Order: sequence, then C-alpha cells, then structure tokens
Amino acid sequence: MEEICYGLLRALELIAARDPQVMEITIRSLFISLSSAFLAGIICIPLGGLIEFRQFWGKSALINLIQTLYSLPTVTVGLLVFLLISRSGLLGGLNLLFSPTGMIFGQAILVSPIMIGLTITALEGVGPQIRDTAKSLGANEKQIIVTVIKEARVAVMAAVLLGFGRALSEVGVAMMIGGNIRGYTRVLTTAIALETSMGNLELSIAMGIILITISLAINILLNRFQRK
Amino acid sequence: MARNLLKMALVLMALSVLCGAAGAAGGERLKLATTTSLQDTGLLDVIKDKFDEKYNVALDVVSGGTGIAIQYAQRGDVDVLIVHDKERELKFIKDGQGLERRCIAYNYFFLVGPKNDPAGVKGMNASYALATIMEKGKADPSKVMFISRGDNSGTHAREKLLWKNAGYAYSAVNTSGPWYIEAGQGMGATLNIANEKQAYTISDMSTFMAYQGNLTLVPLIEGGDELLNVYVAMAVNPEKHPGVNCVLANMFINYLVSDEGQDLIASYGKDKFGQPLFSPARGNCELIGCSEAECAARTSASCAVA
Amino acid sequence: MALLEINSLGKSIGPAEILKGIDLTVEHGEVLGLIGPTGSGKTTLLRLVDLLEEPSTGSILFDGREVSRRPENEKLAARRKMAMVFQKPVMFKASVEENVSFGLKMRGRKGAEGGREEVKEALAAVGLSGYESRDANTLSGGEMQRIALARALVLQPKLLLLDEPTANLDPRSAASIDNLLQSLKRSRTAVIIATHNMHQCRNLADRVAVLQTGRLTAQGKSEEIFSDKTMAQSGRLFSGIRVPW
Repeated sequence: MEEICYGLLRALELIAARDPQVMEITIRSLFISLSSAFLAGIICIPLGGLIEFRQFWGKSALINLIQTLYSLPTVTVGLLVFLLISRSGLLGGLNLLFSPTGMIFGQAILVSPIMIGLTITALEGVGPQIRDTAKSLGANEKQIIVTVIKEARVAVMAAVLLGFGRALSEVGVAMMIGGNIRGYTRVLTTAIALETSMGNLELSIAMGIILITISLAINILLNRFQRK
Repeated sequence: MARNLLKMALVLMALSVLCGAAGAAGGERLKLATTTSLQDTGLLDVIKDKFDEKYNVALDVVSGGTGIAIQYAQRGDVDVLIVHDKERELKFIKDGQGLERRCIAYNYFFLVGPKNDPAGVKGMNASYALATIMEKGKADPSKVMFISRGDNSGTHAREKLLWKNAGYAYSAVNTSGPWYIEAGQGMGATLNIANEKQAYTISDMSTFMAYQGNLTLVPLIEGGDELLNVYVAMAVNPEKHPGVNCVLANMFINYLVSDEGQDLIASYGKDKFGQPLFSPARGNCELIGCSEAECAARTSASCAVA
Repeated sequence: MALLEINSLGKSIGPAEILKGIDLTVEHGEVLGLIGPTGSGKTTLLRLVDLLEEPSTGSILFDGREVSRRPENEKLAARRKMAMVFQKPVMFKASVEENVSFGLKMRGRKGAEGGREEVKEALAAVGLSGYESRDANTLSGGEMQRIALARALVLQPKLLLLDEPTANLDPRSAASIDNLLQSLKRSRTAVIIATHNMHQCRNLADRVAVLQTGRLTAQGKSEEIFSDKTMAQSGRLFSGIRVPW
C-alpha cells in the first residue's frame, strides 16, 4: 500500500517536472494510436457503409464474424501481423517490423473490427425513413450512403474514439511489432510492462496515470459529443 | 467546444499520419536482437549512445529470449545478433544464417537462492547442486523450489545443459513436481519471482547484480566452467537475407571488439555496482573457449553477395 | 400524352394483396386527389409511383416511358423529376437550410447563391421565413411538415406526391398550405395528394380517385365524385373516411 502512495506522489512529481523520457513516450503513444485510428477510420467507415447497405449472401455471418473479432487478443493480432510483415513474410519487402509505421499498421488492423462493426450498428440505428426521404429527394446510392453516415455521425465518431482508446491501451501489438525499442518504438503500454518487470514501479505508475488521464479525456470528449 | 476539440483531434491525426509517411528519416538504423539477460543490465543502452555518437547510426535493440532473438535473425528482421548459447550459435553459422562468430564478453552464471540455503548447495558443483535441489524439492516443495526461465533462452539452455550433466533428461525434470516452476519470462522477472517465493534459480551475473538491490537472494555458486557465460555477436548473412544491413552490422561488431568497445564493456557497472558486470573477451580467449579468429577480432567476412 | 400512366398495378407482400388492379392516369399540371381510409394502400401507391418500391404486377409509365421495371439509374432519372412528402416527415440532423436544399445538392447544385435564394423563397411560401439556421430537429411537428413541403417544392418537380400534407397542422397553418397548394395549380406541377380530408380534396383536386382496401372503387372528375347523388350514397362510398373538422 505504501508503495502505491509513494509511487503516486513520485509519479505526480515526474509529470509536473515534465520528465523528458516520459514525455517522449507519451507523445509517441499518441502519435501512433491517433494515426492508426485515423487509418482504420478512413477504410472502415466506408467499408461499414458498404456492408450495411448491400445485400449479399453471408451478410449476417460476416457481421457475426466482425463482432466476434472485437475482442481478439492483442497478442494474437500482434503475432499474425508479425508473421505478415517480417522480412520473411508476405509484406516483408516493406520493412515495417520494429518501426512506428509497422505499429500503426498493426494497431489499425487490431481496431478495424470494432470500427467496422460499430459503424454498421450506427448506420442501422438511422431510421429507414431517412433513406427513403433521401431517395425521394433524388439521392443516388452513393449519396444515400453518405447521407446515412452523416446522420449517424455521432455514433460513428464514437466508434473512432473507441478504436483510438483501444489502440492506445493495448500492449500485444505494440510489443510484438514495435519491439519496445528505446527512443524509437517504446510507447506507454510497453514501457509500463518493461519498467514493472524491472521493478521501477514509480515510473510505471506515472505512465499509468497518464494513460488513464488520456482515456478519461477521450471519454469526456465522447460524452460531450453524444449529448449534442 | 467539443466540436473544436474534435476538429483539433482530426487535424492531429492527419498530421501524425503525414509525419509518419514522411518517415522518421535521418541517420541510419541498425537492428540488433539480443537476450533479455543482456538488455536488462543496461550495457547496451550505454553502447547504443556511444555508437550513435561516434557513427551517427541509431541502434535499435529488440530483446527477448535467445529463442526469439535467433528467430528474428533467421527471418532477416534484424541485422545483427548477440546471444550466449554456443550450441545454437554454431548451428546458426553452420546453416549459413550468420557470417561469423565473434566473442565479445563473458561473465558467469550464478546459482542464486535464499539466504538460508534450505537445500544446502552452497559451494557445490553446479550440476550436482541442481540434482540436490531436485531431490530436496521433490521431498518438500514448500521449502525448496527452483524457478526456471522456461523460455528457450540462453540461460534456460544452460540450465538444461546442467541437468544433462547431472544425468537427467529434462522432460523428467520439468514435470516432476511443484518444486519446479517455469517462469516463461525474462531474467529480471524470473529473479523477482524467485525472490517472492524464496526459491533457487540460475541467473547471469550481470542481471543479478543489476537487480541485487531489490532482492534478498544471494549467490550460492559463482564460478566454474559449468557456469561460464560467453556473449557472442553474429552478423546476419546478407546472402540469405538481402535486405539486412551487413555493412553497419560489421561496423558495429568491429566497434564492440575494438579497444574502445572492449574498454567500455570492461568498465560497465563499476560505478553503479562496485564491480564491472562483464569481463571483456580480449585477453581471455583461451579461458572462454574462443578461437583466436573468433575472439575479439575484427570481422573478415565481406558483405558482398555472390 | 399523360404525365403518369399506371396500368394494372398491384403490390403484394407475401399472401397480403396491398394493391390490386390499379389503373390511373395523371395529366401534366393536374391535381389528383387520392382519397381512402387508413390502410387502403394510399401510401403504398405513392411509394410505388415514387419508385421507392417495385410493383408485383403491372407497370408505371412516367413521361411516356416505362419506369417501374427499369434499372436503378433510369429510375433515379425519373425520380429526380418527382418529389414526395411523407406522412410525418423526418428531418436530417442539420439546419433547416441544409434540409431544404438537400434535393438541390443531390442534383449537383453547389450551395452557392442560386440555391440560397430558392430556399428563401420556398421557406416564405410555406410561411417559415427566417428559419434557415434553425436546427431542423428542434421544430414542432407542424413546422417539420412545412419544411418537408418546402424541401419538395424547391425542386420544382413535374410531379409532386403528398401524403396527408396537412394532417398534423393546426387549422391556420393548414389553411395557408391549402392556399399554397391552390397557387400550385397555376404552375405546371402535377400533384397527387393523398388525404382523408374531403374538403381539401374537393377544393384542390381536379380529379379524384377513391381507394378502398387496395382497389380503386371510383374515379372521375371532382364534381362528379362529390356530387349530391354520390354524397347520398356516401355511407357506402366513403365508409371509413373521417369527416373533416
């Protein structure tokens, strides 16, 4: 119990003093997770729209699969992506392993099921009359999709923020794809894991506080947005 | 207000992606895979800084058990490897995966355990001590326990070798009872577990000394041939993996075996722990079983792909 | 050549026959009143005309061409010459201006000056001038109905489809909309107005069609249908139709 209190105090000290090590790691975490959420977003939102609007054989099975993948273990995704982008893997030539770009790629894959699935849910939540209204006012298929996505924009935004939150707080992909390289691919979660295993609990707690604070900020943002 | 924050977030995201795309260019990067035993001592952090200073090359160190480090090298995901398991190193070279073996440093494994030494193995011969621990552990697992790395690392390989020397098949050992615990983690984490449970374990000297401040465990056996721990560097063969940076790898290895590098290794830890954590390979070749060609000698292999 | 020609139109969902054997024409600029009790199929008929659904039997000719069984792009072209106002219309999550100019944007008219003027005019026509920047979803039901009407009018369609356009309005608003619809008769806009309100029907419609349980039971000029003779039989003919207040 003592350790936690002491650690908490020390943690606040580090944050107030803006310890350069901690700052660097935090900024990198934000950069990588924001990028992966963005990347996943621009692919998954239209994809979700397409799946929602088209009728095809196996559609409900696909949606089922997507929802199952929401809670895919991060280490499994990490391993699969590792095999893919390793130099001996299919995408080896891209030289993505052990780099921030590779982590962005891996995390984007990790959060894609959530983004696609929640986009579909968001779009389903838009009343059918919106579609008919848009159609009767002369919208073509693409315009209808865009209109429905716009109507669902609050819920879709929530999906993106959720994806970002997941990317920010996961370890499996960051560790396997990034390698936790000091000054290059070390992020909050992998740093916490490392410092904890090394017994440097104050540093771990400090970074944990930062992580929680950012998550809190995301949640507040989400709530503000949903109340509109 | 929320709308503005949102716009800010989106702009941030877009910028991040652009920055990423532009690439973290700049100096060159050399990828090194090594064992957690070595990484946890902090030696590589010092070497990394000095190497970057001197050559403007960023050293990216990825660590894991020896098993995964070799895997990375076999997949061409890293340019150079530092491990400490002679059998696997020789195989690595024999399979044409690596250019040459270069011995760069050594120290000893320790058998560490609780201060009161419930199995009474202090000063014994290492393999004999392990056999004793097993005997006493099977009899009373609440008093005598052993924590294994259990992760295919160099340290784990050495432990398995000791069991072999003691005359036991490993499969008979690791399933023989609750006295034997497989941590499945790095050296630091394993030491922490051993500390918690007041159990015996095998650790390389450097990691133990780096963690000693937080542990109540003490070294019970500190030397002898059986516990010799030699660190070897190998560059990945560009013929097998054309993408690897062979030139930088060789440059790095040459730095390690140079006087400056060997001095750095020889002095590391003195200020923090009172004594250096490693001994340089230079001048100790015979002791550590490295040939003259392998021992603290500059690389002679060329990077040219046939 | 009639603007709209409906031949033997039928719509079934499973075993339920929602519409059967509908034969109807609408001339350019004509106002057709579609009168019938709840559940008689008025809304379905309007939806079929707007090509939102496909008929089970029969065909629809618009501007001389068959449209109900054509590929989507042809349907879209026809649909863009029509506009429909639904019963209890929904607003997009946007401002009133964005709602009203929606159809214009869909037809590729960038929001520039032209659009803004027309939106202003349309809002004035429905008595909601100055509402441009209001959030459409904060409006009352009656206001939403009028915005929906403005949304359709601004497109200057050849055929306007109205499903109970004054049903949710207070008497004063309803009256002003009726005036507006009257003034439409001077333009070349054809209108099909589905309504319960016999008064409204009699005042506005040139011709009237009576729909009962999916079938047209009467069709003809307004004067004929609303003549004294027919009114005497009104019990039978207009059974189920609410007397207007």
